[in-house]
Amino acid sequence: MSDSKSSSFKRIFPTMTPDGWSGLKLVSPPFVYSLLMLAAPLVLVFLLSLWTQNYLELDRTFTTANYKEALSEKLYQTLMIRSLTISGIVTAVTVLLAYPIAYYVAFFGGKRKSLWLLLITIPFWTSYLIRVFLWKVILGYNGVVNGSLMGLGFIEEPLSFILYNANAVVITLAHAWAPFAILPIFVSLSRIDHSLLEAARDLGDGPIRRFFRVTLPLSMPGVVAASLIVFIPTVGDYVTPKLLGGTDGLMIANMIQIQLGKANNAPLGSALAVSAMIIVASISIAFVLINRKFLKTKT
Amino acid sequence: MAKSKEDENSIIVVDNVEKHFGTVTALDGVSLEIKAGEFFSLLGPSGCGKTTLLRMISGFDTPSVGNIYIGGTDMTDVPPNERPTNMVFQSYAIFPHLNVAENVGYGLKKQKLPKDELDRRVNEALALVDLDGYGPRESHALSGGQRQRVALARALIMKPKVLLLDEPLSALDKKLREAMQGELRRLQRNVGITFVLVTHDQEEALTMSDRIAVMFNGKIAQLDTPEGLYKRPATRRVASFIGVMNFIPATVRKSTDSTLSIDIQSLGKLDLATHSRHQVGDKITIGIRPEMLTILYRKEESAEYEFEAIIEGAAYYGDMTYYEIRIIDTDITATVSMRNTAGRPILEIGKKTRVGWGIESITIIADD
Amino acid sequence: MQNKPSRSLLTYAIVYLIFLYAPVMLLPLFAFNNSAIIALPLSGFTFHWFGLLWQTKALHEALYNSLMIALITSIGSTTLGIFAARAAARYEFPGKRGIMGFIMVPLVLPEIIVGVALLVVLIQLGMSLSAWTVIIGHVLICTPFSIAILQSAFNNMDRSLEEASMDLGENRIGTFFRVILPLVTPGIISSLLISFTISLDEFIIAFFLTGTDATLPVYIWSQLRFPARLPAIMALGFLMVVLSFILLLTAEYFRRRANRITGNSTSSEESIF
Repeated sequence: MSDSKSSSFKRIFPTMTPDGWSGLKLVSPPFVYSLLMLAAPLVLVFLLSLWTQNYLELDRTFTTANYKEALSEKLYQTLMIRSLTISGIVTAVTVLLAYPIAYYVAFFGGKRKSLWLLLITIPFWTSYLIRVFLWKVILGYNGVVNGSLMGLGFIEEPLSFILYNANAVVITLAHAWAPFAILPIFVSLSRIDHSLLEAARDLGDGPIRRFFRVTLPLSMPGVVAASLIVFIPTVGDYVTPKLLGGTDGLMIANMIQIQLGKANNAPLGSALAVSAMIIVASISIAFVLINRKFLKTKT
Repeated sequence: MAKSKEDENSIIVVDNVEKHFGTVTALDGVSLEIKAGEFFSLLGPSGCGKTTLLRMISGFDTPSVGNIYIGGTDMTDVPPNERPTNMVFQSYAIFPHLNVAENVGYGLKKQKLPKDELDRRVNEALALVDLDGYGPRESHALSGGQRQRVALARALIMKPKVLLLDEPLSALDKKLREAMQGELRRLQRNVGITFVLVTHDQEEALTMSDRIAVMFNGKIAQLDTPEGLYKRPATRRVASFIGVMNFIPATVRKSTDSTLSIDIQSLGKLDLATHSRHQVGDKITIGIRPEMLTILYRKEESAEYEFEAIIEGAAYYGDMTYYEIRIIDTDITATVSMRNTAGRPILEIGKKTRVGWGIESITIIADD
Repeated sequence: MQNKPSRSLLTYAIVYLIFLYAPVMLLPLFAFNNSAIIALPLSGFTFHWFGLLWQTKALHEALYNSLMIALITSIGSTTLGIFAARAAARYEFPGKRGIMGFIMVPLVLPEIIVGVALLVVLIQLGMSLSAWTVIIGHVLICTPFSIAILQSAFNNMDRSLEEASMDLGENRIGTFFRVILPLVTPGIISSLLISFTISLDEFIIAFFLTGTDATLPVYIWSQLRFPARLPAIMALGFLMVVLSFILLLTAEYFRRRANRITGNSTSSEESIF
């Protein structure tokens, strides 16, 4: 590199070293791929949400009409709120159910910790689609639950409240996200310095107080991570509501797909997608901020 | 400087080398010459620049300013794979996916030797480091000391002009380290090539080296033989870094071309046969090593100079005892080391005792 | 520190495990069940449904598509992963955290957003949907996984190994093939297998972006509304589970082997499942 070239370069990038330049060159293929295939499309989605579609024609004048519709139409509001509620419930249920087992493996797993973790993850080495379908089989009118309960004489008619509504969606998703919630909590718990618990015991705390005063706060980073890992993708889930949700369990993703497909209203679909993303991001950020005093300590 | 580059004896010449990392200066104008066949050490605390300098000699870093000559040729910009140097890394860097023989023979692959020739040379190198028969061993089955020897064999098989060692003993435990110090020294004498060692351990440097360059803050503070560094440290910092030194203030009484008369506080007045630039009335610092002070246990014992002191502390090391003493009627403290030979009691704290020293025990310490 | 768990905690753990395994257990149960209805009680053992799969042409086409797409995806995402992981492990460059963070974003984005975004772009560009559009989407979501696996492999490699190689006379290219590549190969294999598995099982993006060539999950989706096809789907699901299982076990084997070779302890906390 000639001197003049490197010096003008240094003015723009004062901290650049030849090493840094190699690094940038090396990372450019995946980075450019992401820019082209993710950033650019997302920008386009955003732009699309500001345009309108008349049948097959695209009107490119900027307008916020789509957002008005997305946010004020009763139907979309309901879907959005339902999606958030279902995701919230799924997150709470999944994390609450996951915590005890993470606790068990972290503190009592002993030498078999990896075996436990392996056992926990094996059922999920399968296609998500197939698992959802299997829940449909389990919860269905003629499914395993009903068949068995009727066969054993506990009920006479099949239960109908366990399928084709929000309950089914919650059960299925709580199952699907279980390992994703268990692992971050497990990691957080296993990082807790045992001598802290011994100190608390030494200072007079019984097991329950120890848990609430030491273990739980120190495991919060894992709990927050688990919550986000479950909440964010769940809001946008398509398959489970479609297969198991009936009419009461449909979520926002199903509507987005309809708008992009049959309803031929890509701008509205985009507006719904962008609104959903913004709402989810805001909730997530708020959630992290609320818990930030637990996240300050780094182990 | 030009003359020295052609000096037959100097295998490495470092010519006014500086290294800057952004605003940080790692090397601030370092110059030295290393003679062919000598065991040379770069000694200093962490961050002093010794490893940076070693990396410049090996080729993994280039100087911001200055030149490096190896074997008379300017090799400042020559990449490491083209230099007649080889390095033993601090982590040993044994290739985990190759066994011992493949590791040792790694650098010879390019020469495309016939198989028996390659095997012969690998076995030769392994014998040199006392690892006969270790060829087929897997790398992960080696102990720390064994890995170090494999690293040595791997480097020496290349018959470099200079072997560079980056803190090779720091990962070993004490006993092994001491054993390896002797072995490295013997190895170097055996093979006859120049060794350049980087270490922060002054004992290591003293026992193994022919000459040592002591570095602080990117500069060479003193370059001398071990004895020279120990007995005549150039600065206060060098004096405290190498071994333990007692510092006693003194004043100049008289100064001529051939003698310097000083008044050492509470220790006495004496004349030194030296010439110095000090003026009458100058305050200077005298250095005296703990082993140069002697506790006079019995009335019959005497020394050239004596003073009275109180024992304020005693540390028992088995073969030696280190006493902290305070010179009577002053607040000057010093360390005295005494060998625990037969008949010598361990003195209690608070006991008054006589301490002796001789005129050859002291050295004048320059201010840093 | 308590050494014994309370009874209730252990019971909970076991019940929870049963909950986790419940759906998957159905597969072997009904895949071999001699009944057209998915319900208890079981009616005898049969390979009939597997035979049915063997005869269904549409299934074979979907399988072929899925395998092709998964193969290309795994190669693509592993390649991109090698670039990114090597860059992140070895170099410091301006904007590193932002760039790496952005490349890893698909991990936290709902797949439907990725699918929608790509679909919108492709429609606007007037491009038709095909296996290649699915591959684009799959590479996007698989690359972060590749990076995670490979970054671990590259980070575990002592940097002085490269320097030692050069010190002994090798140039950069020789060092890459003799030192870096062999040490990273298990990570590469692991990455290939995991990307392959993810792509094979992935539904949403394939659903949005596929043209006339269905992938296996898309094919399964189309069959779900026909009750008569359900047992065959069970058989298919069983096979897919077995295949995923084998692939992921192999990937884990290579991951552990990689760690053993570089002398690091294996930690299942870091395993990608």
